[in-house]
Amino acid sequence: MSANIYRYELHVRLKSVLIWSAALAFLILFFLSLFPAFAGQAALMDEMLARFPAEMRAAFNLDKMDLATLLGYFSFTFLFVQLCMAIQASNYGFGLLSIEEAELTADFLLSKPVSRIQVLTSKLLAAVTGLVLTNLVVWVSSFLAISLFKGEREYELQTLLLLLFSGIIFQLFFLSVGMVISLLVRRVRNVTPYGLGLGFGAYLLSAFSGVIKDIVLELLTPFKQFDVTYIVAHGAYDMPLVWLNVGITVVALAASYWLYLHRDIPAVS
Amino acid sequence: MSIIEVSQLTKYYGKARGIVDVSFGVEKGEIFGFIGPNGAGKSTTIRLLLSLIHPTGGKATIFGKDVTTHGPEIRRDIGYLPSEVYYYEGMRVIDLLKYSASFYPGDHTQRMHALAETMELELNRRINDLSYGNKKKVGIVQGLLHSPSVLFLDEPTAGLDPLMQRKFFNLIREENARGVTVFFSSHILSEVQRLCNRVGIIREGRIVEISDIRTLQQNNYKKVRVSTDSTAPVVFDMPGVTHVQAENGTVHFFFKGDINTVLQRLSALRVTDVSIEEPTLEEIFMHYYE
Repeated sequence: MSANIYRYELHVRLKSVLIWSAALAFLILFFLSLFPAFAGQAALMDEMLARFPAEMRAAFNLDKMDLATLLGYFSFTFLFVQLCMAIQASNYGFGLLSIEEAELTADFLLSKPVSRIQVLTSKLLAAVTGLVLTNLVVWVSSFLAISLFKGEREYELQTLLLLLFSGIIFQLFFLSVGMVISLLVRRVRNVTPYGLGLGFGAYLLSAFSGVIKDIVLELLTPFKQFDVTYIVAHGAYDMPLVWLNVGITVVALAASYWLYLHRDIPAVS
Repeated sequence: MSIIEVSQLTKYYGKARGIVDVSFGVEKGEIFGFIGPNGAGKSTTIRLLLSLIHPTGGKATIFGKDVTTHGPEIRRDIGYLPSEVYYYEGMRVIDLLKYSASFYPGDHTQRMHALAETMELELNRRINDLSYGNKKKVGIVQGLLHSPSVLFLDEPTAGLDPLMQRKFFNLIREENARGVTVFFSSHILSEVQRLCNRVGIIREGRIVEISDIRTLQQNNYKKVRVSTDSTAPVVFDMPGVTHVQAENGTVHFFFKGDINTVLQRLSALRVTDVSIEEPTLEEIFMHYYE
């Protein structure tokens, strides 16, 4: 860990963290502000949803969500929060090391008296700090939105905490998987398409698994591992899948360190 | 013991050749020129020494320490000026220099300002707005501000105007006078000739010659030019004569051997003008390229 790299990385990332956080806070408050209307006309809502094609309901998990209850509605909101978080964390993961190489600053950084382990650790910690800040904003705006719009309804606090807490573990997955992919491909020139691809790809894999049954691949996506409907229905995580998630994250991190230590930094061509 | 010791260093990028079996040593306090055409392996060698890339075979030591295992320790005392300088988006010159200085123990503010003044570098400009030559200056200040004892310069003068080049050379000479060892890679031979004590010539990934710059010039060829007003073509067909060119009564050729034999031949002629000079490194160099 090298304090100056950490400080610099965090400084560079701050603007992006603020934008993502603001967007997420807005999303949560906006969605929850519609909740009283939904809850008030639950019967009408159910009737309308029943007319949607079954595949579509499955894709958005609408069959398993009860939008008339606070947590049901919140979990629907949280699915979109997850999608944003996935894209944010993937972007950070893909960019962590590849931006230096694309902008040819890797030569600058790695000719300094720091080891690659120090470089990678400092950058990772800075990115994780950014993600933690984002999660804090999500926590605060969730509690704020719920207290503003819940009306007289009660909800299970523990389940809400489980949902919120899943955010950071969920993001660490995308951060480390994005990073290991960026080290496996020859050169990442632009981070955004990769980040969007990984985030959306993982979401679609989970969404389509609702439509097409019996796919094992879906177990690999964090959208399944932290399936909001499962958490709300059971008031608990699907532990084997959570361990799978953590396992993939750890393997991706370890592989990233190994690959980075053995990497030939591409020269100006 | 040499400050930089390279033995049988080899690097392949997959199947593509980087360098093969490169061996040389650089002594403390010398300016070592590393010359060769583009793609010969100059940057590959420097990047190996900085452990930006990893060798396929052989080894290299700086200060007696292996570059692959003691990288961070070695780099504390190394300054590096890459051939192409790009720096962090949106940073001002001063921010980058401070960031760079923060990697080295001690306070380098004074030296940073002194260097920036010498190189006429404006500290408050954004790096993105700078011209290529000015970015190069940022690279120079950044490479020197922590007073390293070994300097790696990879084609350092590209983009600098002649006046700045001279200032830069003076700066390097000053550093060298303080005992700094300089590893200077270039394909422009005249600048190597101006600055270096010894040169290594690299071609297609292999070292073809390492020698003192003076021996390279002296023990090699003389460039002879003879003008006569006689109409008969002047004939110099003697051992040691090469590259004969004749035009308008003037003959140019290269000669290697005892110069007295040429003088004897000349004394028999009626000449209007004679010059015998040392060839430029460029001309010697062509010899290695053929």
